Amino acid sequence: MRYFRLIVLSVFFLSFSAKAQDLITFQNFDELNAYIQKNSEKPLVVNFWATWCAPCVKELPYFQKLHQENPNIKVVTVSLDFDKQVESKLKPFLKKKNYTFVTTYMADKKFNNWISKVDENWSGSIPATWIINGNKGIFVEQEFASFEELNQFVNESLTKLN
Amino acid sequence: MKRIGFFALLMGVLMSFTNPTGYKVGDKATDFKLKSVDNKMYSMADYKDAKGFIVVFTCNHCPFAVKYEDRIIDLAKKYKSKGYILLAINPNDPAAQPDDSFELMQKRAKEKKFTFPYLFDEGQKIYPQYGATKTPHVFLLDKNLVVKYIGAIDDNVEDASQVKEKYLENAIAALEKGQEPTPNTTKAIGCSIKVKK
Repeated sequence: MRYFRLIVLSVFFLSFSAKAQDLITFQNFDELNAYIQKNSEKPLVVNFWATWCAPCVKELPYFQKLHQENPNIKVVTVSLDFDKQVESKLKPFLKKKNYTFVTTYMADKKFNNWISKVDENWSGSIPATWIINGNKGIFVEQEFASFEELNQFVNESLTKLN
Repeated sequence: MKRIGFFALLMGVLMSFTNPTGYKVGDKATDFKLKSVDNKMYSMADYKDAKGFIVVFTCNHCPFAVKYEDRIIDLAKKYKSKGYILLAINPNDPAAQPDDSFELMQKRAKEKKFTFPYLFDEGQKIYPQYGATKTPHVFLLDKNLVVKYIGAIDDNVEDASQVKEKYLENAIAALEKGQEPTPNTTKAIGCSIKVKK
């Protein structure tokens, strides 16, 4: 009997800690843009990636660490996975990794419509990272080799964007 | 010391994005002499009667490139009879991406029965000149190797049956009419080109 309460409490707390981030879906760039506008109280670090992109997957832990160690920014990942793989690949991947940064999905696959709206010079390769502060942004089409490299780049970008 | 070094790199990265390297529409592209999966060397100069060239940077490993394989095979066949020669180039360094080795290129070409040259960019010297940044990345050239269209094959990577705009085919149709393609550049997502660090 005395274990019952312990079990109930454990389950109660476990259900909170095990809750993976919900996946926010943007139907198009306007919705992504609206999200950015609505979340402008902190600088945003937006990372474009996909489960099929090996260098993207490799650098996600650096973004997780950034998210955990820097409360002054908000990390938002945008998956460009295939529609047919959202349920079969993307969600299980995210559930397994249990990242705590914001996880989103871009459903508009007519990339020619919106890639240039993120950055004129984005040729379309991923991973790509967009650092936004207020109305200004810095965009890079490159992968980060380490957390230190990412962190340094974010800090230097934020100095520029002030 | 390292911090200053990275900052210099950062400036370089930012500046390179205000002035991207590689061809723009209207530039004259370089010819090349690259080895195909049949172990023969190929150049655009070999095709004296070509009306144009469809240079596709593609590879074995990238799921985006793989989704376009069948479409590339069909395009090669369809346009060869019209005088447009499709040449596929693998721009990746197998040391950085083992799935893109020459042997695996040969395997894929055989499995899928490629009817076009599938070339290996030895030393990765050609793709930087073109300014290819991902796979797949298409450059449509006229018979004088002038770049006429750059970008995606069509507007739907996932589902060929859902394609609404066949960018590359429309570009070729424009050239056939003696017109300039519009749009002459499009953008699409793809896998970055693999370089050994």
